[in-house]
Amino acid sequence: MSTLAVHDHGVVHHEEGHEHHHKATFLNTYVFSQDHKYIAKQFLVTGIIMAFIAMSLSILFRIQLAYPDKSFPLLETLLGRFAPGGRLSADFYMSLVTIHGTIMVFFVLTAGLSGTFANLLIPLQVGARDMASPFVNMLSYWFFLTACIIMLSSFFVQKGPASGGWTIYPPLSALPKAMSGSAEGMTLWLISMVCFVASSLMGGINYVSTVLNMRTKGMDLWKMPLTVWALFLTAILGVLSFPVLVAGIVLLIFDRSFGTSFYLSDIVLNGQVQPFVGGSPILFEHLFWFLGHPEVYIVIMPAMGIASEVIAVNSRKPIFGYHAMVYSLIGITLLSFIVWGHHMFVTGMNPFLGGVFMITTLIIAVPSAVKTFNWLATLWRGNIRFTPAMLFAIGMVSFFISGGLTGIFLGNAALDINLHDTYFVVAHFHLVMGSAAIFGMLSGVYHWFPKMFRRMMDERLGYLHFWLTFIGAYLVFFPMHFMGLDGVPRRYYAFTEFESMKRWLTVNTFITWAAIVSGMAQVAFIFNFIHSIFWGKKTVQNPWDANTLEWTAPIEHIHGNWHGEIPTVYRWPYDYSKPGADEDFIPQTVPFSQTMSSNLPHDFEDNPAGLEQHTQWENARKANEQVK
Amino acid sequence: MGFKKLITSKKIQSLLAVMMLSGTGVVMAQSISTAASVTGAEKSDMWAGVAYYVLLFFVACLCIAILGKILKVYDLSQKMQGKKGINWNNIMGIACIIFLVAGLCGAVWSLTVQGSMTLPEAASAQGGAIDDMFDLTTVLTLIVFFITQIALFAFLFFYRRSDKRKAYFYPHNNTIEKIWTIIPAIVLTMLVVFGFFTWQKVMDTTPAKNDLNIDVTGHQFAWEIRYPGKDGKLGNVNFTLVTASNKLGVDYKDRNSFDDLQADTLVLPVNHSIRINLHALDVIHSFYLPHFRVQLNAVPGLPTFIKFVPTITTAEMRMKTDNPKFEYLLYCNKICGSAHYNMQRVVRVVSEPEYQDWIARQKPYLTDQLKKELKFVDAKPTDFKQVPSARLALNN
Repeated sequence: MSTLAVHDHGVVHHEEGHEHHHKATFLNTYVFSQDHKYIAKQFLVTGIIMAFIAMSLSILFRIQLAYPDKSFPLLETLLGRFAPGGRLSADFYMSLVTIHGTIMVFFVLTAGLSGTFANLLIPLQVGARDMASPFVNMLSYWFFLTACIIMLSSFFVQKGPASGGWTIYPPLSALPKAMSGSAEGMTLWLISMVCFVASSLMGGINYVSTVLNMRTKGMDLWKMPLTVWALFLTAILGVLSFPVLVAGIVLLIFDRSFGTSFYLSDIVLNGQVQPFVGGSPILFEHLFWFLGHPEVYIVIMPAMGIASEVIAVNSRKPIFGYHAMVYSLIGITLLSFIVWGHHMFVTGMNPFLGGVFMITTLIIAVPSAVKTFNWLATLWRGNIRFTPAMLFAIGMVSFFISGGLTGIFLGNAALDINLHDTYFVVAHFHLVMGSAAIFGMLSGVYHWFPKMFRRMMDERLGYLHFWLTFIGAYLVFFPMHFMGLDGVPRRYYAFTEFESMKRWLTVNTFITWAAIVSGMAQVAFIFNFIHSIFWGKKTVQNPWDANTLEWTAPIEHIHGNWHGEIPTVYRWPYDYSKPGADEDFIPQTVPFSQTMSSNLPHDFEDNPAGLEQHTQWENARKANEQVK
Repeated sequence: MGFKKLITSKKIQSLLAVMMLSGTGVVMAQSISTAASVTGAEKSDMWAGVAYYVLLFFVACLCIAILGKILKVYDLSQKMQGKKGINWNNIMGIACIIFLVAGLCGAVWSLTVQGSMTLPEAASAQGGAIDDMFDLTTVLTLIVFFITQIALFAFLFFYRRSDKRKAYFYPHNNTIEKIWTIIPAIVLTMLVVFGFFTWQKVMDTTPAKNDLNIDVTGHQFAWEIRYPGKDGKLGNVNFTLVTASNKLGVDYKDRNSFDDLQADTLVLPVNHSIRINLHALDVIHSFYLPHFRVQLNAVPGLPTFIKFVPTITTAEMRMKTDNPKFEYLLYCNKICGSAHYNMQRVVRVVSEPEYQDWIARQKPYLTDQLKKELKFVDAKPTDFKQVPSARLALNN
């Protein structure tokens, strides 16, 4: 590969150049850092802060749902006009669910997850000194932070933050007078999202080009760990689908501020005939979901990659069906572009289209099923080491199964008629992309914490965190399925107005308390996280006995990742417990010539010279045995 | 031995600390609550309540911290005596199997108890088809759910770490992979085919002569219901004609409008094909009748319709659900503003004679007020010119 040769050539120059030209100041080391490892930490910390904010918002509206008639004076003290008399106002309730969803989907599970692990793992696992463009990478973080700040600032405008749901369907979001959140709050939401998409695109282009061009010697695509595959395909998805969201958002800004009618037609608001003619709200739904559906795979695929890696390392077994895992990721990537219509079965879209989208949607369940079975097969006859990272990876698989199966109901257009926008949907996506993805992210944090902070996290607190969160999440979301089956719509401020919904109040109280307990459990995580950064046990270079390249890099962080030459890669990353090997892992950097006793004919599929040597060695061994 | 003594005494110390702390926690909490009740001031009451919960949380955290220390000390003492420390792999393996058993019991309990709180049988003809589809999907997915979750947690228990064993190197097996690609593919194909036919059946849009046309219009935050008069035809609407007395913008150049009726309950004759024409005035609403398995969005600028045949009258459903107050309800199921949660209408399914009786008592849409406004007597419309709609057919 020509790129590799060029890259190697530059190694010596690179090292020296840095010593002399860039003086490491506080500002360029800790604030405007261009080092991918540091940017990863910036993404992680920002993501965690945003996750805590979004979680607190969810606790607030859960309290409203559990105690719709009770007054909590504290809420008025904290929230002021948003909670008059100690009860959340209906408008603010809508804002809470909207901002909770937006922050969780975009800021935590897209930027916080992909941003952290793509930045940390892509260069370290493919063997590169940094990202293709460190400067653009830095910009990506700063755009993200700007987006976060703008989004949160909407809590401080007069009429409160955006409140049309995270899907911001017009005309509700397009008409500032339709609800209070559609005023300035919505404007800030839109500006924030434009910044966010810019950030996400800059990151995505960087990830794709780094994976394609900057792999170390010997690291061909089929030797990449599944994390890199997942992050790579995620970046491709993001690069192709996020621009469509920007298009949709810009047209919405035009409709709101410049009097166009892209999404608006035939509107009479509060008895006043509006001048909009000729637009279609359904157009926005198409544009939104053209991103929105790939988006859920942008959220879950990095989690799948992390879980695959962590499960293989801690089962001390190769991932079962590596090729099938990669092909299923590719399949999901391709299919995710042609299923967006399943969010729109009941919008009045042509029923024929509904039928088509139903077929594509149910097809996407096949690669997902293959992945699940392969994870199970990886665990089978493993030698499972229960690190907190492993537990979270397992939790991810469990949630993915539970939530994925209900997707088969919702993907079926006929069944979706009655389940659309009910609590069944809430349960489904919170399990399959909410909980599963956040568990993937936590698994990654526990697993790569030593790489990021050079110290270990406390395992026992990790166990506590896992069990409380895992059980809590099931207790929160499992009962919601049945509320949905009873036709209880989502985004209802209170269930008190409907006689038939009142019997779900006790369930709601139960769910709220389960949510509060699992929210409290996150304190165990944040304490562990902060404490371990400063006072954790110092790590060894390869704490998990893993094969991938990042564990061959020195513990101390250096600009350029490796001293001297970047190691060469000889084998795939999953040679765990190989028969005939001394240890139960063989790092990717160990050539086959050093492991003659454990080599298999399968290892030399594209390497006839190697196969010949292997056969010779085998014959010699057999001859020796016969002599004995 | 000296070490051992030290350790055991530490253990005792920490145990004592736990007891004392929990004791003080209780005492403190009590003193706070009594103090609050004495002062009675609302603010201090509030802060005392908050302080109580914060304190409770800190006590819980302390207990956990102390428990952690005890475990650590125990672990170290074991190691010093040359024994193995706590085997967390075993503990977690056992925790997994306990979770599996408890989780399965919980899932079964939830499925039976909460599962029985769900909607009663479908009250419409095509709702039955949807319910059959639902049952089939439920059975298939539950089988997969139980098999995979049991396998997952059982593997975790049986293959937990042991130093005596080495993991089985098993990187791939094409036959197995083919099997578990093809089987889900077949099952899903089956579901797609059944689902497709059900969908076609449900979304049957062929016009029938005796359809009862009803216009339902959503706006913030109510549903307006308009029945056709004796002619059985609804007049056109045009949003530019909306005024305070003509809320829907009914076009009186269309002769069919004259006898249209307004209603505040959606009353439907049983076993009669109903066609609901949906409109929205301001934002998107969703016309959701869970008991009939009917839902369609009402989109401004995009009139849509949905057809269904109610099969069970309200009276019959009251008997079936054993609830004398039972009513079918119409919800709004698309976020539409602050009062979205309370945008309901009662839906009543009655026998044909009852329906005729009811419809005869409904008020005309063309009220005296509206007549006056339109100067109705002067300008009796004679031409049937319809105002062309300026809408672009973007989505059909």
